[in-house]
Amino acid sequence: MQVNDMKMIKVNEKWCLGCHLCEYYCAFANSGVEDMVKALKDMMIQPKLRIEQKDKISFAVSCRHCEDPICVKSCITGALSIIDNVVSIDKKRCIGCYTCVLVCPYGAVMPSQEGAVRKCELCVGNSVSSPACVSACPNKAIELVEV
Amino acid sequence: MPINYIIPQFEIVRDQSRCIKCRVCERQCANEVHHYDEDYKIMVADESKCVNCHRCVALCPTSALKIVKNQDSFKENGNWTAEIITDVYKQASSGGVLLSSMGNPMKFPVYWDKLLINASQVTNPSIDPLREPMETKTFLGQKKHEIKRDNEGRIISNLGPQLELSTPIMFSAMSYGSLSYNAHESLARAAKSLSILYNTGEGGLHEDFYQYGSNTIVQVASGRFGVHKDYLNAGAAVEIKMGQGAKPGIGGHLPGTKITEDVSKTRMIPVGTDAISPAPHHDIYSIEDLNQLVMSLKHATDFKKPVIVKIAAVHNVSAIASGIARSGADIIAIDGFRGGTGAAPVRIRDNVGIPIELALASVDTRLRNEGIRDNVSLVVGGSIRSSADVVKAIALGADAVYIATAALLALGCHLCRTCYSGKCNWGIATQREDLVKRLNPEIGYERLVNLINAWTHEIKEMMGGMGINSIEALRGNRLMLRGIGLNEKELEILGVRHAGE
Amino acid sequence: MQREGTDNYRIPSGCAICGIFNRDGKRISGSDIIQAIAIMHERSNGLGGGFAGYGIYPEYKEYYAFHIFYDDDRAKVTCEEYLNKHFDVVNLSRIPTKKHPKIVNEPLIFRYFVLPHPADLFSSQLDEQEYTSLCVTRINTDIEGAYVFSSGKNMGVFKAVGYPEDVGSFYKLDEYNAYCWTAHGRYPTNTPGWWGGAHPFSLLDCSIVHNGEISSYDANRRYIEMFGYKCNLLTDTEVIAYILDFLVRKLGLTYSEAASVIAAPFWSTIDRKDKEEKERLTYLRNTFSSLLITGPFSIIAGFSGGIMALNDRLKLRSMVVGEKGPAVYISSEESAIRKICKDLDSVYSPRGGEPVIYTLRGGIS
Repeated sequence: MQVNDMKMIKVNEKWCLGCHLCEYYCAFANSGVEDMVKALKDMMIQPKLRIEQKDKISFAVSCRHCEDPICVKSCITGALSIIDNVVSIDKKRCIGCYTCVLVCPYGAVMPSQEGAVRKCELCVGNSVSSPACVSACPNKAIELVEV
Repeated sequence: MPINYIIPQFEIVRDQSRCIKCRVCERQCANEVHHYDEDYKIMVADESKCVNCHRCVALCPTSALKIVKNQDSFKENGNWTAEIITDVYKQASSGGVLLSSMGNPMKFPVYWDKLLINASQVTNPSIDPLREPMETKTFLGQKKHEIKRDNEGRIISNLGPQLELSTPIMFSAMSYGSLSYNAHESLARAAKSLSILYNTGEGGLHEDFYQYGSNTIVQVASGRFGVHKDYLNAGAAVEIKMGQGAKPGIGGHLPGTKITEDVSKTRMIPVGTDAISPAPHHDIYSIEDLNQLVMSLKHATDFKKPVIVKIAAVHNVSAIASGIARSGADIIAIDGFRGGTGAAPVRIRDNVGIPIELALASVDTRLRNEGIRDNVSLVVGGSIRSSADVVKAIALGADAVYIATAALLALGCHLCRTCYSGKCNWGIATQREDLVKRLNPEIGYERLVNLINAWTHEIKEMMGGMGINSIEALRGNRLMLRGIGLNEKELEILGVRHAGE
Repeated sequence: MQREGTDNYRIPSGCAICGIFNRDGKRISGSDIIQAIAIMHERSNGLGGGFAGYGIYPEYKEYYAFHIFYDDDRAKVTCEEYLNKHFDVVNLSRIPTKKHPKIVNEPLIFRYFVLPHPADLFSSQLDEQEYTSLCVTRINTDIEGAYVFSSGKNMGVFKAVGYPEDVGSFYKLDEYNAYCWTAHGRYPTNTPGWWGGAHPFSLLDCSIVHNGEISSYDANRRYIEMFGYKCNLLTDTEVIAYILDFLVRKLGLTYSEAASVIAAPFWSTIDRKDKEEKERLTYLRNTFSSLLITGPFSIIAGFSGGIMALNDRLKLRSMVVGEKGPAVYISSEESAIRKICKDLDSVYSPRGGEPVIYTLRGGIS
């Protein structure tokens, strides 16, 4: 990600079908395993975004990478920081206090089975070159847009 | 129920070693085939409800699903096939008319597949479409042969209204009601982007789509749904639907389940009741009555819009076309027996009508023999499946083609032929909000544009191969076709020679 | 003698064409045109050659000059019966020819100067030209063994199976004087050896020589046949002649407007024109869309008082035009022009799709 190449994830609730495919592809992309079956079979998946659903409405919730993030301010160890416009987690520093989980106004940070918390990091440094949720969505409910 | 006569048509084969239980199949099947069993912790399926629409197969992230034909079989019988036997069981149980959707699936000859296209060699150079202009622009409408000049001797145009298409392909009539709002939006936007036209079908024109009016053909069918003065003037042309290829002789059929508030408003009929169009137009019982309706529509639209008359291809289609060509209509649209539909009685869809290839050839020949071919443009449909079919249709004599099934396939349809149920999993032939959502017009219209662009490019390649650089030089150019595996009579009707001659 | 078109096969051909026109109406003998076409010998294969001359019958200039091939005497008798019934025949004679070793199997070749019977013409309610052309078509279709290959006023077509220079010598064309000559040498891939198949093809006073093979043939034919024409020969030249006859004689278009129909500019070219011209070209191209000719062609159309040369829009056949004073030379090759006129005022290659039209400035001298 270049500094002058700012993109962000935009979710359009009008087109979200609640199919949850974004969660599965996100978990797969961040699993570090090459084969999807191996990565996800008989596992509790750990996607970095999640679907919120009630009655007929559903949409994906993921980190907004705020310019002035409350989670970063609240992090007592400095595990959360902004690197190249992406709010990133340094797993080695996180102590699992879950303060960020509580303060995020979007509910975009979630507890994790490994490394304490998880949230969208725009697929930087994982197995795919551009955000997996965008290419996974069959209905263009999640898009990558220029800022 | 005690005796189960109807065996499920399909089996759902799930590779359990691949299944990651993401449940997308369960979430995306409107027929409620799949569900997650909490006790055994696996996905299970009820194949009796499966219609083979492939929604689950297409979305499964690990390709764990396959829909196969149910191997459970009747004793082999060349005459009493499984389908025919099952139909009898269904009717013994329901006492009703069998309904189905889309086009005739029976094994009748497909003449497109028995026609071969020419290429230029040696005596005549082929033309390279990448380096030379290759023109597919087409005008539809009446042409007259008197030259009018002003006082200074300059030619003035005395032609009636014309439709201008960037390529000789249009989207055929599919009503709002049988199709979803999003499907219509995709068609309208694609038509505008491509500079071609789409057709409202007999469901009227939704007020949101008046903005695409210059790329819209408004249809007046026997039920006259949604027909009022603004409607007639909203489009670029008016089409009188006398018949359609899928069900010649009967009118349109929209089941009550598909008549929502919005559909009811657009069609100007009550919510929830079946909309069954009358078989004939009750003001057209003979050819001269058609003449009258054509004139009325022209008056209502100030003579600014071409009038299209759409007929089904039946046995005496040439004589009918000849009559229409003299009635003042500008364009005749002929729909062959393979044409699709949202709902039709199975027996009519599968047994009534004739192939469009034969109808087109004989209408074009008859009109030329009578010297009136220029009174009308000919548009054909039912079914045009590829750019090769388009080239062959034009060589036989068509000015342009109508596509419908191909357009729906581009939008995601898998030809499961259960549109009449209103539970289209692809969001195309349904009015259920949660299903209609599945067709995002952003994606839909782009896929339609891609399809037509691809076909147009292929048409240009084939034209170049024949040494033709403007589509009008292909129109009616039967020497560019040869038949293969056709008998004398078929060759005679098509007006082509056999390959090798 | 087997005709073309009877077995339903089209014969493609590549060839040589040539034309000489004098804008002042000065008439010259046929020896120049024979020389010019002889230079292009390699472009033909000896299976057809022909000429058209305009202004060659000044003494009979008010009469239609019919040139007719007969297979045998019986055909001649039948045909003359027909002619006498419908026309006043003021003169009839064999067309004088000179024996040539390479021109063989010649049919009977006769010439008649005729005018329609006034009473017949009146009762038919047709104009003179329509009446004459219908009768010619009748003879060619119905009277077996007879073929009218020229039917204009003060002009004539001379053609045979053979190299054009030999054909010219055979017909003694150096003894005729014309203000306009066109010539053609044929290279068909097969031919039954029928004299009538050679070019020029003519209908009344319009004669066409053509080099090329049109890909739009069947589209054009199936359209023009709606208007009473019968494309019996199944050749490209025949259909082009009928198209021009229809557009110019029947509908009253000028040759230039007709060229905008058969070699209509590309839509991208039309789009760049000003509003009025754009409308005019769009109207012509749309109304007569089935008369657009695609595929390589290079034609010279001769008519009373003028000549038109036209190439297809992609200029897939060669054509060169040279001018010297009032004389104009048109040819498939510049060498043919230089042979008869060494120094020219100007020489150019017309653009594809743009007609080159020359007409008489005054009368014929």
